[in-house]
Amino acid sequence: MTTQLPPGMHIETVDEKIMTLNVGPQHPGSGHMRLIIKVDGDYIVSCDPDPGYVHRGEEKMAEYRNYIQNIPHLERPVIHDSSNILYPYCLGVEELLGIEVPERAKYIRVIAAELNRCIYILYWLAIYGIFLGHSTMFMWPAGDRELFIDLLEAMSGARVTHAYLVPGGVRNDLPSNFEERCLRQVAYFEKRLKEYEDVFYQNPLLKARTEGSGILSRTDAIRLGTTGSVLRASGVDFDVRKKEPYDVYENLDFQTIVMKEGDSYARSRIPYLEMFESCRIIKDALKKMPKSGSVRTKLKPNPKGGNDEVYRRVESGRGAIGYYIVSNNRPEPYRVKISVGSFRNLICMPYLLKGEKLGNMPAVYWGLNYWPVEADR
Amino acid sequence: MSTIAPQFRLSRFIASLFDLIFWVLLIFSLVGLPIVFIILFYIKLPVINGQFMTPYLALTWIADPSRTLPIVKAFIHTTIFKVVVFPGFGFAAILAAATIFIERKFLAKIQLRVGPLYCGKIEGILQLMGDGFKLMSKEIIIPAKADKPIFWMGPLLFVGAAGAFVSLIPVAPGWVVANPNVGLLAVFAVIGFFPIIAVLTAWAANSKWTFIGGLRALHQMVAFEIPLILSLLGVVILSGSLNLSHIVESQQHFWWITFVPIGAIVFFITIFAELERVPFDLPEAESEIVAGWLTEFSGMMYGLIQLGTYLKLYAFAGLFVVLFLGGWNGPMVWPPFPQDIITHGITIGPVTAKFPGLPLFDQEMLNGTLWFVIKTVGVILLILLPRGVFPRVRMDIALHTGWYKLIGLAFINIFIALGLLYAGVLGPGGLLQ
Repeated sequence: MTTQLPPGMHIETVDEKIMTLNVGPQHPGSGHMRLIIKVDGDYIVSCDPDPGYVHRGEEKMAEYRNYIQNIPHLERPVIHDSSNILYPYCLGVEELLGIEVPERAKYIRVIAAELNRCIYILYWLAIYGIFLGHSTMFMWPAGDRELFIDLLEAMSGARVTHAYLVPGGVRNDLPSNFEERCLRQVAYFEKRLKEYEDVFYQNPLLKARTEGSGILSRTDAIRLGTTGSVLRASGVDFDVRKKEPYDVYENLDFQTIVMKEGDSYARSRIPYLEMFESCRIIKDALKKMPKSGSVRTKLKPNPKGGNDEVYRRVESGRGAIGYYIVSNNRPEPYRVKISVGSFRNLICMPYLLKGEKLGNMPAVYWGLNYWPVEADR
Repeated sequence: MSTIAPQFRLSRFIASLFDLIFWVLLIFSLVGLPIVFIILFYIKLPVINGQFMTPYLALTWIADPSRTLPIVKAFIHTTIFKVVVFPGFGFAAILAAATIFIERKFLAKIQLRVGPLYCGKIEGILQLMGDGFKLMSKEIIIPAKADKPIFWMGPLLFVGAAGAFVSLIPVAPGWVVANPNVGLLAVFAVIGFFPIIAVLTAWAANSKWTFIGGLRALHQMVAFEIPLILSLLGVVILSGSLNLSHIVESQQHFWWITFVPIGAIVFFITIFAELERVPFDLPEAESEIVAGWLTEFSGMMYGLIQLGTYLKLYAFAGLFVVLFLGGWNGPMVWPPFPQDIITHGITIGPVTAKFPGLPLFDQEMLNGTLWFVIKTVGVILLILLPRGVFPRVRMDIALHTGWYKLIGLAFINIFIALGLLYAGVLGPGGLLQ
């Protein structure tokens, strides 16, 4: 009897040449997770990702809190990208409760989401740099990230975990000098991004190391259900902001970045190029935004959803995040299911690492744009 | 009732003092004195003012200060001074400490940080000392199933081999600890020890990460040792000597880097691999194999490995200077010692102080040391720079570079050197002699 095993899985045989390495959970090259890697010399025979070390039961917790109380804890899985992970929740709850969002609030939400996307990608890029042994690329993005953190602090009052997006709009209006300050910092940041290109992406050693390693073909990317930058690096033109535009994204001027190679280099480059697009979106949104008006629709105290269900998704720094919310005439949701990009990208890791060299492991692993805490929820 | 200290009694305190004095005297007379005399037996005692300096006479400087300088000068020319202080360990350790400080501040400037700032008030200049004390005070943890004698031996062997390497580098004319006629061969022999030490300790630690790291170190160092040896042969052919001091003397008019630049470039690249520095820090690649063959070292064992690494860095930079950049050769910029003080002494008012035995170091030695240090620090800075610019390479790329590209370049370099020799341009009987 022969059974078709899923990609990356194989029947283990006892062989003295094979060494099993536990990369994680206490390893500088792993996140809050474990990779069970079997190596034959310098080649990886198999890789078995073992997430679940930071499971916090966000979905179950959401069933015991009402729609407003759910806001702060639902952003915890990705504190660097807290606006984007809250975005689909707010959209879904607005649809369930039938709330209209003011026009100005929609623009402010987009600005907050794009600023947060830059914060996340810079953090991701810093770790990508140190994973490849490039210490300057660790320090520069980690330093430049402060600019956006300061901007979001001015908007929301908190440096991380802003809880800025709420059903019905945003929590508070922008400070008075925000537009001028934001434009100045974005202009500076675009200059800095070009320096990243020189020191990191055009570096011959980085190219030699990442080009042609861990190739994910277009069909495999679709078949394995990847999302976000991993999908776009394999040549699939899919971005939720373009395909299912939410709030005001359809009015704004930006492009989807797509690369055809599907290797580690393309996966590392797509988020970087997306930061340019984020800067474009921020500048465009600041221009088109209504200069005054309400930013929040007042909710009734303890609002109740109908006997209804809703699924909304947005494009986060790691791919599509979807929220499936079911309500049953109560102030609390009956069920909240979060579908995150990290977990879906993790699925292709055994597939990519099989047959690779051990030295490619960090580049492939972190190139998947995977955030362990988000995957565990 | 809680007592922090036991009750103080003067009689017991005095008794304990007597006890202490007894033991100190006993141990000193049984162990200390024999050691002092054994050491004195091996030190060549100088002759000053027609008197053979015995240990008793050496102590007479307390009564007669005019004897101080001759005694110090005699000590400076002993072997023990050379080994411990000047061209040997102390000099190298100070340069290595300066290197660590420069590296941290330099890297911080590249990365838009400030680097060490608080320890020592001025730009964190005492940070290294603080780190050293921290390492010394830490517990040394040894894995339960480690091969303990070999594991203990690893850091000591590493520092020993690095020290042997340092002792072969000539700093100034006549100022070198060991000056064998086959100095360059001795350098190759010492370099050959490092991969063995890495593999031994990696195996003895009995961990998967150290094992992989040790194998990586072995592969990498062996792959780069051959181009290293081949790249230096061009200099040997041109200068006609394996003695490092002779090689320096042969560069009085031209540095060898002007005639064999390819060899210099190949040697410079192999330095990175031998030192396990970025971009060839594969044996310590932290995101892949934790800390490679250093994973299980803790406390001062790790500190010794770091010390050895920086001594090695100094020695490689010094070797580059000696072979390609003319060693101590350079224009005379050090001012001569004022003749007036030697002959007449210093007169302040009615008092005239005479200093027999001056100057302590001659002018050529100080000038040579100055040039050597300037060149070595320059080379060290060039070795440090890539750490802020390059990522780590992969194992197969590193081995491909070593076995294929660098060996080819090294052979081209040898043919260039042979061409220069047989055309009669350089070498024995050529342009320079």
